Amino acid sequence: MSTSATPALEIKNVSLSLRGVKAISDLSFQVEKQEICALIGPNGAGKSSLLNIINGVYIPDGGEIVFEGERFQRMQPIEAARRGIGRGFQNNALFSGMSVIDNVIAGLSRHSHVTLVEEMFRLPRALREERDFRERAGAVLHLFDLDKHARTPVGTLPYGVQKKVEMARAVVGEPKLLLLDEPLAGMNAGEKKEIAAVIQRLNAELKLTIVLIEHDVGIVLKLAHHVVVLDYGRKLADGPPETIRDNPDVIAAYIGSEHAVAA
Amino acid sequence: MAEFDLRAIAEPVDPIGLKAVGLVSVAALVLAAPFLASEYWINAIIVPFLILSLSGLGLNLVTGYAGQLSLGAGAFMMVGAYATFALQLRVPELPLPLALIAAGLISGVVGPVFGLPSTRIKGFYLIVSTLAAQFFFEWLFLKFPWFYNGNSSATIALSRGLSFFGLNANGAHGRDYLTLGIVALLTWLSFNLIRSQTGRNWMAIRDMDTAAAVIGVPVLRAKLQAFAVSSFILGIAGALWALAYLGSASVQSFGLHRSYQILFIIIIGGLGTIRGAYLGAAFVSLLPLALDWLFQYLFSGQVDAGLLQNIEKAIFGILIIWFLIREPEGLSRLLALRRTAAVAFFLRNPFLHFLKQEPEP
Repeated sequence: MSTSATPALEIKNVSLSLRGVKAISDLSFQVEKQEICALIGPNGAGKSSLLNIINGVYIPDGGEIVFEGERFQRMQPIEAARRGIGRGFQNNALFSGMSVIDNVIAGLSRHSHVTLVEEMFRLPRALREERDFRERAGAVLHLFDLDKHARTPVGTLPYGVQKKVEMARAVVGEPKLLLLDEPLAGMNAGEKKEIAAVIQRLNAELKLTIVLIEHDVGIVLKLAHHVVVLDYGRKLADGPPETIRDNPDVIAAYIGSEHAVAA
Repeated sequence: MAEFDLRAIAEPVDPIGLKAVGLVSVAALVLAAPFLASEYWINAIIVPFLILSLSGLGLNLVTGYAGQLSLGAGAFMMVGAYATFALQLRVPELPLPLALIAAGLISGVVGPVFGLPSTRIKGFYLIVSTLAAQFFFEWLFLKFPWFYNGNSSATIALSRGLSFFGLNANGAHGRDYLTLGIVALLTWLSFNLIRSQTGRNWMAIRDMDTAAAVIGVPVLRAKLQAFAVSSFILGIAGALWALAYLGSASVQSFGLHRSYQILFIIIIGGLGTIRGAYLGAAFVSLLPLALDWLFQYLFSGQVDAGLLQNIEKAIFGILIIWFLIREPEGLSRLLALRRTAAVAFFLRNPFLHFLKQEPEP
């Protein structure tokens, strides 16, 4: 297959300044199709900023993003979503006034084809789409074991559950590339295990390419196929987890920082 | 008995059965009202209440659901009223229902034009743009006599009365049914809309617009759609206000105070709820009447009439403030909490256990 040579995502010489401070400098790396790529590094290393560049929230000062062989200097967020880049946020960015299932269905917007008038008069096409969306959202809720919360207002749920709802919302639109910002943060050990298993399933069964940021290095080393270490906006190391573990630069960056290397 | 989260059972869509019973009884009451109520009640209370509810509904779509703060409700009502007048005057062969729809569409095109800045600015700053609509149309409809057909009082009124597909709608009952039919239809359409993807897009933008864009909600299109649908409904409400309620109207009928009134209606009733518009309109239009009736009954003849009126206004104001402090989320939320408390009571009572319903999947 000729396309298998094309990486899912290429970051080429990307730089970003936020309010005059250099957040990312001249960063390049590749994410292969169907791999789980973990971004690690201390706080302020530029990990979340990089995700924001990939889905168009931030405009890089320089460099380009190549997604599925197409180059972009900048992409509108809606354009990124249409091309199949899904995103989970670090601090839950759920729609607090809506129920769990409505939050998830909102993630299907890019697949909606009915017009406003069809929706107003409940014409057959609109009803069919609504039924289809509910089924798809229901299936994803089931995957995350959220069935019993479907009708609950999302703001009333505990943090760990909200985190799962956010992932469900990102996944429901069937993205090709999923960006997850600390999907395991704030969860207890049991929940972490559960979510890690779901991430593995998404990757294995749905053939999803996943880029995730995670501080729990123990889990990262088990989960990821590829680890990129950032520090002060620069790439410190890039390779399979086994080589990262023993990299002296990485160890140096983590010693003295607030994040201990967890077992 | 297991503990349950009161808030969690307050919100899920309640059993459809209950809702249907409520709807049917309200419909029966409303249909019977013209026979139970006097002409005064219909003309002075029911018709304006219905039209204010409709206006609240229209504003609630853009402000309560899509989160775009607007002080232009009066302007879009004005556009609808003047458009209906112009159409009835200059295209007399167009029947009233079609003229109303056309006027709504005209207003529905004007709305997004003044909503365009919402694609770049948010919150309080957006008020400026909608206020511009308010002042612009007040000026436009006074400046050019064409809009009010050059009559000396600069007012608009239908020359040949209201008729609805050949049915005479000039009497109190006719106007009541005309208004009621339109309000019911537009409420149903709005309800469908907010439960569809468009409605979810609006609420997503209201709750967190950056996240909405990132997950694929077409933010720009959805905002403009909200302005369009909102001003469509407001336009029809304005036409009804001028022609079915006032009979003859001027730009003062749709001044800034009208915009504030409609905004108060949805704040008091509950932002982002359909029933909030009705509850708020009831509060704003019926409570002053009730106060007036009560004070007349208690103090008539003993206290100066002018003073009495001012006291009533002060009490009305105090009630609004007291109420908003008690329940900032409006009457609609208050109602939901009461219902939850009632449900919780039933669930705790073992004899009424059979009433317990599992939420639908």
